[in-house]
Amino acid sequence: MIEIGIAQLLVVSTALFFIGVYGFLTRRNMVTMLMSIELILNAVNINFIAFNKYLFPHKLDGLFFTIIIITIAAAEAAVAIAIIINLYRKYKSIDVEDANSMRF
Amino acid sequence: MLHSKLITLVPLLPFAVFLITGLFGRKYLKNFSGILGTLGLFVTFIISIYTAYEYFFVQGRDANGIFQQIIAFKYTWLEFSPGLSIDMGIILDPISIMMIVVVTFISLMVHIYSMGYMKGEERYATYFSFLSLFTFSMLGLVLACNIFQIYIFWELVGLSSFLLIGYYYDKPSAVAAAKKAFIVTRFADLGFLIGILILAFYSHTLDFQTLIERFTNHSEFYTAVTAASFMGVSALTWGLVLVFIGGAGKSAMFPLHVWLPDAMEGPTPVSALIHAATMVVAGVFLVARLFPVFSLSCPPALDVVTYVGIFSSLFAAIIACTQTDIKRVLAYSTMSQIGFMMFALGVSGYGAEHGLGYMASMFHLFTHAMFKALLFLGAGAVIHFIHSNEMKDMGGLKKAMPITHITFLIACLAIAGIPPFAGFFSKEEILAAAFENNKFVFVLAIITAGITAFYMFRLYFNIFWSTKAKDNHSNASHGEGSKTMLVPLCILALCAIFVGFIPFGHFVSSDGKILSTEFHLLFSIGPVLIAVLGIALATLLYKKENPKADRISKTMGLFYNAAYKKFYIDEIYLFVTQKIVFNLIGRPAAWIDKNIVDASINLSATLTEKLAETIRPIQSGKLQQYAVYFFGGILGFALLFIYFWKN
Repeated sequence: MIEIGIAQLLVVSTALFFIGVYGFLTRRNMVTMLMSIELILNAVNINFIAFNKYLFPHKLDGLFFTIIIITIAAAEAAVAIAIIINLYRKYKSIDVEDANSMRF
Repeated sequence: MLHSKLITLVPLLPFAVFLITGLFGRKYLKNFSGILGTLGLFVTFIISIYTAYEYFFVQGRDANGIFQQIIAFKYTWLEFSPGLSIDMGIILDPISIMMIVVVTFISLMVHIYSMGYMKGEERYATYFSFLSLFTFSMLGLVLACNIFQIYIFWELVGLSSFLLIGYYYDKPSAVAAAKKAFIVTRFADLGFLIGILILAFYSHTLDFQTLIERFTNHSEFYTAVTAASFMGVSALTWGLVLVFIGGAGKSAMFPLHVWLPDAMEGPTPVSALIHAATMVVAGVFLVARLFPVFSLSCPPALDVVTYVGIFSSLFAAIIACTQTDIKRVLAYSTMSQIGFMMFALGVSGYGAEHGLGYMASMFHLFTHAMFKALLFLGAGAVIHFIHSNEMKDMGGLKKAMPITHITFLIACLAIAGIPPFAGFFSKEEILAAAFENNKFVFVLAIITAGITAFYMFRLYFNIFWSTKAKDNHSNASHGEGSKTMLVPLCILALCAIFVGFIPFGHFVSSDGKILSTEFHLLFSIGPVLIAVLGIALATLLYKKENPKADRISKTMGLFYNAAYKKFYIDEIYLFVTQKIVFNLIGRPAAWIDKNIVDASINLSATLTEKLAETIRPIQSGKLQQYAVYFFGGILGFALLFIYFWKN
């Protein structure tokens, strides 16, 4: 049985981050892209918690950051969904490729 | 005491009329603008007369028996350094007073006349607003107290002349004439400007009074300006000659006269006002204004004035004998008479008896304005009647146009110098001045006087006597012209008879003192005889249609042709400008402009465009592509960061 240390946690968070990036770059569905962003944010959260626990156990800074990020992520999701709804009303689609009128 | 506030109205009233008729004339005032312009000018004229009366009779001479120069109003407009400033002001002295009376009077006559002449024109209001603009600028010019102020109004006068010559802007010849007048006078004004700068540089002032005082007294400024020289000629001479070039351009002196005959494309009353009576004497006025400097400090410059004047005078008189367009004959006669004024100034000395030429020149300016305006207005009436400018379409009009006929005859007698008409007195004094100072000029002048009489009566007989041209009858029905056209003719005719009796030397003289002129009967016989001879010759040749005139012109052959073609001066100008200036300077300059200056600008534009084309696709509108750039960028920065952070 392997002891779960900081290395394992960082591997998970890195994997999570790149899965998020991959999803963000390849998915055409805007809701999926939003979910990918949540993945990226959560990868960051894990990083904060891990470093806080293993490197500075007597401090709470990482915890606070994580809480703030979760709050912000909630707000961001609200805004993003509002944008998506508006785009849907205009283009009758939530495919990101369809909303391309802001070009040269 | 003079009402100095009142005098400021003299230039400002026509300006106000210009603004009102210019802005609202076409839409709201329409035919009323003529009446408004005339009324405004009538008031101005009354004020001028009143000022002249106050100045000469109420204020009078000071203790030394001199008419003082009065600065009625002065406002510093632009100050370069203490003493050197451009002022807007009003100077009152005998010549400026004389000029405002002449300008307002002639302008008033022309306004009244125009109400009849221009009736029914589409741009009637515009015409009157231009006339007011011209009157304003001319009054500003003659009242200027500062050499730069005179320059500003000088240009304004040129502009209004341009506008009025080009009044019939749908006629290509009028447009060409307007451009020609503007360019030629503008070219001459370049000389004027350089002259002003030279004079101002050495005198450290632009003010007329100070400038004249500094250059006539032997001050440090005088020493400096005479010590400095360029090509062996002193700076003062250069400055004055350059100023005179400006004056020669406006006054149509040879070789800058080419614009004046063409300027006759404008409406005839305009020719009477601007190109005969007032604006063209601006050059004479300018020389007269600076006369103390010319006379006391710089005789060589005055010699230039003399010889340019007498040459232009004779030259124009010869051409006038051959022209067939009546307005052109009058234009050349104007040029010839202005030549008289110029050389009269040239042969004059300063002070007391020597100042006869100066006085005579101003006197001739005064009388000439009267009879030349009359001649032009008369010619205008004839043109109005016949609808043609050509002599061959005229003839035998004395029955159809009795009033015009009589007034025209009076004007012809006046210009020919037959006593007791106005021209006799002034021309007599000019000839006397020339006789005393320069015999060579005198001989040429008396020949010119004879030719003047000849061509004026050639004109007169061709219009009013000779045989009746065929299609006159059809026009006879509409009469001689309206009252508004005939009244000014009569008033001017009265002036042409009587103004000669004014004892002019009591009002205007070079040093302001009384100059009483004696009348020498013996001296007068010669010029009058010559004039009578000229008239007799014209009577012989032109009173009845006969082949004598043609035969004479045939025997003259080449010379006649050359004079008919105005001695090819226009062709020379065309050759110089088109062949030499255009080909040698214009074309290379155009090539450089097109292939080097423009091309470098175009190159930068093309480069920018190409670059933009290349980077444009980056802005694709695809969100995820942007995200790739974004992550790529972050990654790049991160790598850089790590690389440099090592140590």
